[in-house]
Amino acid sequence: MKLKKNAVNNIICYGLVIVVFIICQAMISNGSMTRSLKGQMVPICVYIVMAVSLNLVVGISGELSLGHAGFMSIGAFSSIIGAAWMRSALGIENETLRLILSMIVGGVFAGVFGVLIGIPVLRLRGDYLAIVTLAFGEIIRNVLNCFYFSLEGNRLHVAFNNPNLPGTILLNGPNGAKDVAKISTFPAGFVLILFTLFVVLNLINSRSGRAIMATRDNRIAAEAMGINVTKYKMMAFVTAAVLAGMAGALYGLNFSTVAASKFKFDTSILVLVFVVLGGIGNIWGSIVAAALLTVLPELLRAFSDYRMLVYAIVLILVMLVTNNPMIRGLVNGLFRRKGAAAQTQGGGADE
Amino acid sequence: MNETTQKKRMLDTRMVPAPSQGIIPERDLYSTPVLEARHLGIEFGGLKAVEDFNLIIGKTEIAGLIGPNGAGKTTVFNLLTKVYQPTMGTVLLNGKDTAGMNTVQANKLGIARTFQNIRLFDNMTVEDNVRIGLHNQVKYGMFTGILRLPGYWKQEKQQHEKALELLSIFDMQDLAGVRAGSLPYGAQRRLEIVRALATHPSLLLLDEPAAGMNPHETEELMRNIIKIRDKFQIAIMLIEHDMNLVMGICEGICVLNYGRIIAKGTADEIQANPVVIEAYLGKKKEG
Amino acid sequence: MISFLRFLIYGVSLGSVYAIIALGYTMVYGIAKMLNFAHGDIIMVGAYIAFCAMQYIGLPPLVAVLCAMAFCTVLGVVIEGLAYRPLRQATKLAVLITAIGVSYLLQNTALLIWSSNPKVFPSVFSVGSIRLFDGNLVISSETILTIIANIVIMIGLTLFTGRTKMGKAMRAVSEDKGAAELMGINVNRTISVTFAIGSALAAIAGVLLCSAYPTLQPTTGSMPGIKAFTAAVFGGIGSIPGAMIGGLLLGIIEILGKAYISTELGDAIVFAVLIVVLLFKPAGLLGKPISEKV
Repeated sequence: MKLKKNAVNNIICYGLVIVVFIICQAMISNGSMTRSLKGQMVPICVYIVMAVSLNLVVGISGELSLGHAGFMSIGAFSSIIGAAWMRSALGIENETLRLILSMIVGGVFAGVFGVLIGIPVLRLRGDYLAIVTLAFGEIIRNVLNCFYFSLEGNRLHVAFNNPNLPGTILLNGPNGAKDVAKISTFPAGFVLILFTLFVVLNLINSRSGRAIMATRDNRIAAEAMGINVTKYKMMAFVTAAVLAGMAGALYGLNFSTVAASKFKFDTSILVLVFVVLGGIGNIWGSIVAAALLTVLPELLRAFSDYRMLVYAIVLILVMLVTNNPMIRGLVNGLFRRKGAAAQTQGGGADE
Repeated sequence: MNETTQKKRMLDTRMVPAPSQGIIPERDLYSTPVLEARHLGIEFGGLKAVEDFNLIIGKTEIAGLIGPNGAGKTTVFNLLTKVYQPTMGTVLLNGKDTAGMNTVQANKLGIARTFQNIRLFDNMTVEDNVRIGLHNQVKYGMFTGILRLPGYWKQEKQQHEKALELLSIFDMQDLAGVRAGSLPYGAQRRLEIVRALATHPSLLLLDEPAAGMNPHETEELMRNIIKIRDKFQIAIMLIEHDMNLVMGICEGICVLNYGRIIAKGTADEIQANPVVIEAYLGKKKEG
Repeated sequence: MISFLRFLIYGVSLGSVYAIIALGYTMVYGIAKMLNFAHGDIIMVGAYIAFCAMQYIGLPPLVAVLCAMAFCTVLGVVIEGLAYRPLRQATKLAVLITAIGVSYLLQNTALLIWSSNPKVFPSVFSVGSIRLFDGNLVISSETILTIIANIVIMIGLTLFTGRTKMGKAMRAVSEDKGAAELMGINVNRTISVTFAIGSALAAIAGVLLCSAYPTLQPTTGSMPGIKAFTAAVFGGIGSIPGAMIGGLLLGIIEILGKAYISTELGDAIVFAVLIVVLLFKPAGLLGKPISEKV
C-alpha cells in the first residue's frame, strides 16, 4: 500500500518536471522567453541539482554541510580541464558527448574528494561537523586559487603558485578559467535533473536509504540495530558530492569565464536556503524552491537588492515556525481561520 | 548427585531456571551459554560504575536484572552491547569474545536491545523501523537499490512480509504505515521490542519494558515476552522495576547494588534473601 | 630574525583580537550549547557603530567604543530572545541554520545601511609606538592596546565567572541546564547575560580589529568570526584561558603561515588547524570531552 502511494507520487512529480521542461522548451523555441530568463535556464538546473543533492545530506542523513559549493567548484574546474583536454587530445568534437563525459569527470573528481573529506568529517557530529565542512569548502577555494593548468598540444601542465606555463592557459589561479567552450545546454540540465531525482529518490526508497534515515533519527539506536553509521553517512555524503560535481560541470561549461570566487561560502548558504525553504528532507520542495528563488530575483529587479536580506529573514522565520511548538500552533491556528486560501499561500515552506 | 547439590554448584556459575517454570523441557543447560560475563567492570574517571560483574545466561533463559536506581543496571546493558568499552573483564557472546568490538559487531553476533528512554526512528514509519532491524538480513547493495534490479524487488517483498509477520506478535501490523514518533507510549515500547527482535538476536535485552504501562498492559507484556522466547527460542534479559513482572517471568534474577552483584538466584530465593531485602525490596515490601 | 619577530608581534596582535572574539564564542557555546554563527557579524556591527559615532557625531574614541558596546549588548540580547530562545528545545540543525540566518540578516542590513563600499576606519588610539632595534622593530600603539585589552578582559572574565553569583550561575547552567533550573537559577536570564557579555566583547574586538586592519565592510566580521570559533575550539570550547591561548596560537600560525608558506593559503592553513584539532583532540587544548548519555 505504502509503496504504491509513494510510487504514484513520484511518477506524478517526474511528470510535472517533464511538463515544465516541455513548456520552457516551447517558450524558448517560439521566442516568448526573455533573453535574461533564457540565460537563467541552465543555472536553474544547476541549482536544482545542488539543492536536491544537499537535501540528501541535510534532510535525509541529517548532517549540516556548509561546504557543498566546494564540490561544485571541483566539478566545474575538473570538467573544464577535462573538456578542453578531450577536445585536443582525444579529438572529441561532438559537444553533447563531450559534455556528458565532462560531467562524469566532474562527478568522479568531486566524488573522490567527497570520500577524502568525508573520512575525517563524518567522524564528527553536529556543529563541529558543520563547521568543518565549511572549513573544507574554504580550503578547496583557497587551494584552487593557487592552481594553474595549461594545455600544450595534448599535454596537460599543472603548477602550484606558478603562472608561467607553456601552451594555452586553462586555469589561471585566482583569475579562474577563461575562454571556456560553452557546451552546456538546457536539455542537458534537464536530463541531469532527472538523473539526480532517479538516484536520490531510488536511494531513499531502498535498504541503504532507510539505513541513512535511521542514522539521522537516532544514531545510537541505529548502531544497536547493526547499522554501520559511518558507512551510510558516507554513502549520502559522497553521493551528494558526486551530484554536486556534475552540477558544477554543467555550471562551469555554461560560462566563458569561471573563477573560484563564484563558489564561495555564500553559494553553499544559498543552496541551503533552497533546501530549508523547500522543506528539509522534502526533495520536491527543494526543486520548487531552487527554481522559484532563482527566477524570482530575475523577474523582480527591484527586489534584487533585498534578496539576501529577505532570504535571511525567511530562513529564520521558517526555522522558528517549524521548530517551536508554540509558534507552530499559532500559525496553524491562523491558517485554519483564514481557510483554504491562506493554506495554498503557505506553500512549500509549511512542510 | 542429588538435586540440591547440583543446584548449589550451578548457582555459582550460572543463573538457574526455576524448575516449577520449566516452560521448555528440552532446554539444554550444558551447551554454550548465550552470554557469559566474567569480572566485567567499567570506571568513569576513577568511579567504578560496575565492577566484578559475573553472569551466565543459558539458551532460552529469561533473566532479570534488578536493583535500586543508579545501581548500574543500564550501564551493564551498555557494557554488554558495547556502547561502553569495559575497562575490566570480558564478555562472551555465544562463546565468542567481544573484546574490541563495537555496537554494530556485537549486534551482528546476536545481541539486541531496547532503550530505557525510547529510541525509535521517529520520522520513519512503523514498518520501516522494523525493516531497519532486518537490515543485515537483506543483502542487496546501494546500486541494486538505485537501479531497481530484480534482486531489489524480490528482497523488498520478503522484507515487507517479514516485517508484518514480526509486527503481528503485538498485533501491530495495521499500524505499519504510521509514523513511529506519533504512536502512543506503550506501542512505542512494543515497537522497540519488535525492532530488536528483527535483528535476529540470540539474546534480547529489554531495558524497563513495562515502564509507563498500566497493570493490564504489563500482564499482556509478560505473556508476550514468554511468547517471544518460545517462538524465537532466544534468551531474554530484562531490567525492570515492576516486581510482579520480574518475579512472574524471570527464571533467574540478578540483583545489583552500587555496581556490584549482591545476589543471584530464582525469584523465591531473591525474595527471601535478607541482603536483597535490606538493599532494595525492604523499602517497598508493602507495595 | 627581526622580520620573524615582527611577524610574531603581528601574530600576537591578531591573535589577541581572535582571543577576544573567541571568548564570546566559548561562553555562548559553553552555556547555551549553540554555535552562534552571527557572533562574527556582531563584531562588524560594533565596528560600524563606533565608526559612525566618531565620524558623524564626532564623539571621542573611548565614548564611541562604549556606544558600540552598549548597542551590541542590546543587539545580542534581542537576537537571543527573538531567534534563539524559541528554539531552546529544537535540534542543533535548526538552531545552527537560524544562526546562519541571523548572520546573513545582520550582514545584509549593514549592506543596506552602509553599502558595500569599504569605510576607512580612523586610528582610534594614538598613544605612540615602541621602537626597538634602532627603529627596525616597531610595535604600534594598536598592538599594545589590543594585547592589554585582551589580558584585562581575560582576567576580568575569570574573576566574574569564578567569584560573582551570576558567574557561578553561568557555570551551573553550562554543567546541567535542568539541574540549574531546579536549583532556582533563571536559565533564560543567565543565557541572556552570557549573550550580553559576549556581544559587548565583540564590539571591543570589532574596534580593535578595524584599528589594525582599517577597512570596514559588511563582511568584515564573518571571516574573523569563523577563525575565532576555530580558536575557541582549539583552546577547548567553554574554557576562558583556552580561548585566549587558542586565539594567540591561531593568530601566530596565521601570520607566520602567510609570511613563510603562502599568502594565498593563509586562511586554508587556519582551517587546516581547525580540522586537525577536531580530529585528534576534539576537546581542544584545555577543554573536556562531552559524550551522549545512553
